[in-house]
Amino acid sequence: MTSTAHPAHQAHATGSAGPATPFAESPFAYAPAPESTAVVDLRDSYGLFVDGTFVAGTGTPFTTINPATEEPLAQVAEASDADVDAAVRAARRAFEQVWGPMPGSERAKYLFRIARIIQERSRELAVLETLDNGKPIRESRDVDVPTVAAHFFYYAGWADKLEHGGHGTTPLGVAAQVIPWNFPLLMLAWKIAPALACGNTVVLKPAETTPLTALLFAEICQQADLPPGVVNIVTGAGATGRALVEHPGVDKVAFTGSTEVGRGIARAVAGTSKRVTLELGGKAANIVFDDAPIDQAVEGIVDGIFFNQGHVCCAGSRLLVQETIAEEVLDRLKRRMETLRVGDPLDKNTDLGAINSAAQLARIRELSEVGDAEGAERWSPACELPERGFWFAPTLFTGVTQAHRIAREEIFGPVLSVLTFRTPAEAIEKANNTPYGLSAGVWSEKGSRILEVAERLRAGVVWANTFNRFDPTSPFGGYQESGYGREGGRHGLAAYLQGGHA
Amino acid sequence: MSEQTTRIDVRKTYKLYVGGAFPRSESARSYEVHGADGGFLANASLASRKDARDAVVAARKAFGGWSTRTAYNRGQVVYRIAEVLEGRRAQFEAELRQAQGVDAAQAAASVDAAVDRLVWYAGWADKLAQVVGNANPVAGPYFNVSVPEPTGVVAAIAPTDPLLGLVSVVAPLIVTGNACVVVASEEHPLPAITLGEVMATSDLPGGVVNVLTGRRAELGPPLASHLDVDGLDLAGVSDPALATELEVLAAENLKRVRRPAPAERPEDLLAEPPLERMTTFVETKTVWHPRGL
Repeated sequence: MTSTAHPAHQAHATGSAGPATPFAESPFAYAPAPESTAVVDLRDSYGLFVDGTFVAGTGTPFTTINPATEEPLAQVAEASDADVDAAVRAARRAFEQVWGPMPGSERAKYLFRIARIIQERSRELAVLETLDNGKPIRESRDVDVPTVAAHFFYYAGWADKLEHGGHGTTPLGVAAQVIPWNFPLLMLAWKIAPALACGNTVVLKPAETTPLTALLFAEICQQADLPPGVVNIVTGAGATGRALVEHPGVDKVAFTGSTEVGRGIARAVAGTSKRVTLELGGKAANIVFDDAPIDQAVEGIVDGIFFNQGHVCCAGSRLLVQETIAEEVLDRLKRRMETLRVGDPLDKNTDLGAINSAAQLARIRELSEVGDAEGAERWSPACELPERGFWFAPTLFTGVTQAHRIAREEIFGPVLSVLTFRTPAEAIEKANNTPYGLSAGVWSEKGSRILEVAERLRAGVVWANTFNRFDPTSPFGGYQESGYGREGGRHGLAAYLQGGHA
Repeated sequence: MSEQTTRIDVRKTYKLYVGGAFPRSESARSYEVHGADGGFLANASLASRKDARDAVVAARKAFGGWSTRTAYNRGQVVYRIAEVLEGRRAQFEAELRQAQGVDAAQAAASVDAAVDRLVWYAGWADKLAQVVGNANPVAGPYFNVSVPEPTGVVAAIAPTDPLLGLVSVVAPLIVTGNACVVVASEEHPLPAITLGEVMATSDLPGGVVNVLTGRRAELGPPLASHLDVDGLDLAGVSDPALATELEVLAAENLKRVRRPAPAERPEDLLAEPPLERMTTFVETKTVWHPRGL
């Protein structure tokens, strides 16, 4: 375990899995390789994007910070109820006068344009995402931003082919979209691309800790000459989101975030004609059978829980490993965790960046302490964390039972709970023993076993011998309390068309 | 009935249909059901919230086996329900005439529609996955496929139309592999229990369909708030306040809710149903696997 933010520190691997390796002699010793921030032109303050222009908000402005340094990045406007109302009205006008009547083939061209500009400005978007969110530049550059562009390309192509999609061609109207901080730009793309392709207009609220890439996206809409009011971005916290979701002028609510907030939205829209899709929490089981390819499984476990600091609703946060190979898997997993590099998100070598906020760090610490108190055994590699910013070392708990809170509640951080099983039936039962149902993983070289286990897992996405793969063509969304509706693929059109179903 | 006969009718006791059996309400309550002419027809069981919970337990128990039947087999069973219903059509026609005061032709048309609806849905069992499923061309060396799966245990409030209304909510739920608890038409509950007799003799495993008779306003809330119920069909709720209350309760565990049709656009039960009746209560599962030599 090394800290890229403090390369001079000597970190010692003191875990049980391997010999202590002085940093300087480690084959994993890298020189710092920070990405330049020169490509980003940060303004001191940002307004709301309403009806094609940036306007001052009438709420109380707030500061967004870099979670890796705690330094302020910019002042951002807070949208009041009146600002939200203005944005919804702008979206309604654009829907009725411009975007709704426009032929799909023309809407498509705007979306293709946006996709191209995202590619052209990809480094700028990636650096800004990493600054505001704390995720490693390697991920924002190689995963988030390319997938964002791909999403716009994919749905651009649907805009003039809706009659072949099975959900009709009639848009819903104005969509209210509220997105989380873990994949700020990617969640924006998942929301805006299908909505616009189907002929809706949108008012989107990014998370209060990560508003900046959404505001840069607003500039991209301007560069693309997207008609005013088709996309509106209102920034703020829970109150702004509530005003947007409950606004009587919206026809559709799309939310990604916590199950608790999702419940509130489901209650708020009860008795209305608003359509709703919710993509909520998860507590995914990642099942490793004794015939699994173990090296690949270890990589998949690491990717499953430490990708994006574990700030992933579909994270593989419960490892279910067959008892006969548990010791071997844990030894190899610990050895692998010792090579993870935690620190400066802008460093191209970094594997784990900063926790997104002080509040999230407090939540991760609290649940980890509950894990200690309930008797699970905590292990982290020796780890030197930067002094400023929000950090949490990659962590695993062994001796976890199904009753432990760390096996039941979403931690949303780099914390893995390890449970064991003896038979496939036991693995399936434990995997399904959760009110969630977003994703699951299964590792085995036996094809028939994979297909049977995949069928019996009650989860919307099952990764077999892989984990955390995303693609614009592939529907994503959960069972049970992980929410309803699908994003991505042909299924993703259903959320934004009158004839939409499943 | 002839003047000369001295034989006394053997009347039927209408009970609930839960877990494949016909129990009385645990509350031992009943309510009088009257025909269109105001005459007394029978005492129907007045199901309680405890009966609703027992029905959910029965449905959950049945779900595992039913949902893992082959689609072909589920289609055969639903088709069998249509066959048995057709065979007992005279009884249903008589019950509908008594309950609704319709004439013989109207009653026959209703039974025709119910039988035909079951046949239509039976055919969907092994086709829905082909129509709403997908192979997804992801940008990488992966096999990726999306398939529909049943949501789980679904509670439904049936429309007032005693037979066609019930068939219209139950058939789409079970043909896709769900198990259900359905509150029969409060006004005309008797044909629902007779339909239970049809289902009980159609190779449908006990507990896949559970029929309660009683008050919507009493049975709706315990079903809408039950944490082991995954979906809620409000087709038969005409009171907007009750519909809103039930949707709010359903939010507790994020049930999939099918709202009632708006009063100004009531659902036409005789028209071909939209696919949405099935797809509201299926989940899309997407499975990934790497490709490689």
